[in-house]
Amino acid sequence: MNFKRLGTIGAVAIAGSILLSSCAANEGTPTETDAPVSTLSGTIDGAGSSAQGSAQEAWIAAFQTANPDVTINYDPSGSGAGREAFIAGGTAFAGSDSALKQEEIDGGFAACVPDTGYIQVPDYISPIAVIFNVEGVTDLNLDAATIAGIFKGTITSWDDPAIVALNKDAKLPAAPITAVHRSDDSGTTKNFTDYLNKVAPEVWDAPAADPFPYTTGEAAQGTSGVVDAVTNGTNTIGYADLSKAGDLGVVSVKVGDEFVKPTAEGAAAVVAESPAGDTAGDTDLAIKLDRLTTDPTHYPVVLVSYLIACNEYVDADVAPLVSAYLTYVTSADGQAAAADAAGSAPITAETSDKIAAILAAIK
Amino acid sequence: MTTATPSPRAKSRLADRIFSGTTVFAGSLILAALAAVAVFLIAQSIPALVADPAELKGSPSSFWAYVAPLAFGTVWAAFLALLMALPVSIGIALFISHYAPRRVAQGLGYIIDLLAAVPSVVFGLWGIKILAPAVTPLYDWLVNNLGWFPLFAPPVSGTGRTILTVAIVLAVMIIPIITAVTREVFLQTPRLHEEAALALGATRWEMIQVAVLPFGRPGMISAAMLGLGRALGETMVVAMVLSPAALITFVLTSSQNPSTIAGNIALNFPEAHGVGVNALVATGLILFAITLVINSIARVVINRRKAFSGAN
Repeated sequence: MNFKRLGTIGAVAIAGSILLSSCAANEGTPTETDAPVSTLSGTIDGAGSSAQGSAQEAWIAAFQTANPDVTINYDPSGSGAGREAFIAGGTAFAGSDSALKQEEIDGGFAACVPDTGYIQVPDYISPIAVIFNVEGVTDLNLDAATIAGIFKGTITSWDDPAIVALNKDAKLPAAPITAVHRSDDSGTTKNFTDYLNKVAPEVWDAPAADPFPYTTGEAAQGTSGVVDAVTNGTNTIGYADLSKAGDLGVVSVKVGDEFVKPTAEGAAAVVAESPAGDTAGDTDLAIKLDRLTTDPTHYPVVLVSYLIACNEYVDADVAPLVSAYLTYVTSADGQAAAADAAGSAPITAETSDKIAAILAAIK
Repeated sequence: MTTATPSPRAKSRLADRIFSGTTVFAGSLILAALAAVAVFLIAQSIPALVADPAELKGSPSSFWAYVAPLAFGTVWAAFLALLMALPVSIGIALFISHYAPRRVAQGLGYIIDLLAAVPSVVFGLWGIKILAPAVTPLYDWLVNNLGWFPLFAPPVSGTGRTILTVAIVLAVMIIPIITAVTREVFLQTPRLHEEAALALGATRWEMIQVAVLPFGRPGMISAAMLGLGRALGETMVVAMVLSPAALITFVLTSSQNPSTIAGNIALNFPEAHGVGVNALVATGLILFAITLVINSIARVVINRRKAFSGAN
């Protein structure tokens, strides 16, 4: 009996392993034959911004197809955790929704050769759309102070004079506003509240942060949760990456004297023309986003995410991999792949060239 | 276990020793696991308990101010769920054990058990996509007509993603476990008690009142506690459906609801770092303590009631 049973288990195990190995063999062949010859091999780890998460997945898939012997791991553990891991030397590169702080730079980076500096370049730009679902309203114009009032809970009805004054032609219902924000910590919330805090500080008195600062309005999990809540609710408004807005109404935000709809071009333009950040240098392209812009070709409600890496790695084997991967990420191809997968706005060609020069010098 | 006792003549065989060793190992493994969890929770919580509260999310005045709304929300949502699930479950269990024809009863029993096998994330999706939009008009009506009642104080949520919706989903999720246990207990009612009640002229409902329910009371309580335990720890449904805010309120239909500990951990762990992780683990320790206390109370209640039931 026992032998019979053992035999059955053994048979199942053998059959299973044959099945699995045959699968693996099938999957392996196309990449081996199609891929161009690549001399790169090895593994690098990155961690950080979850906003970049789906773009990183697309980049990794494409890069590993072109370089079959390379493995790249990206852990979307959050910007703060990503910067900490990179500083401690746990990862070869980091993705972060906010630029390195001066004290983080002063502390040094464990993975880099001391005193060789670091690299910080933008790689992911995503316009944040203010989305709404109000019966009978297809176009909505709002300025920062009104958006801040709605999300802070000081403007509670769609026929509030502040909204009516900006939308003379719209038929706004006398219904309460349900403002939906993120219930989880998020770089989207940080950039959205940063915009409100910079442009309308008299209303939005809380500094930019990952968690939503007020206990007002409705909260939902993740971008898809916010979009769901806005879609399924009545007289709702929320904020989400433009690519996830779907068929919902999108608010035109007041920039200067005009109302601007979010576009990839507007987001890329404001990033390209913003002044350099406090820490900027030869290999640090951090910018101070110009939220107060009055140029109507700009869309200032935008999330910019950075790649952080070393100029010179202690582990020399890692350097060519990081250089090649980050160059692909910030190239026109990589940016197009991210636009497809995550709906991000490609960085401008000029910035891309500048970044390529920096990355080529990694050793 | 009595069958496993070897007769005096039988000599101890290798298989016996292996088997008893395995059971001892399995039994002590669960204790070790529990101890390991407790040690982990306490060790990881300490940094959050001694940290400057300004570093915690939302900058509360102390760790306890941070955890209080979460602990309240956890107990409140689970209590509401139990309030809805318990009568329904007992009704289903009585129907299956004493009213339904045997064939129907069996089928219904399988279906209820099947409900227990549905993953909670599926219930979460159902809650967001179907239930929340469906109950929104009801909440509107409640707030407009019963707004004077503190539980339905205005303003109403525009999306229906309130703690009452969460409690309804949780109730659906805990019905199978409560039903399964109470049904088993009701079926154990001594046949003689039931027949005696019927012989004395009781109707079927009176028979259930005097024979089945008193006999099943400890079982019903332990079933309710099992359900409560599941509701307290349920994570995905709360994280997906609830619109949370850091406050304590009994209002059932508002956009701002107290979150639960498990839901809050699920929402904030992915982006947490530094002392934020410790704070989340510390809230987990509080949840551990809450479930321990509730289960102990249930044990005490069951043990005290046992003497008065028809079980002996």
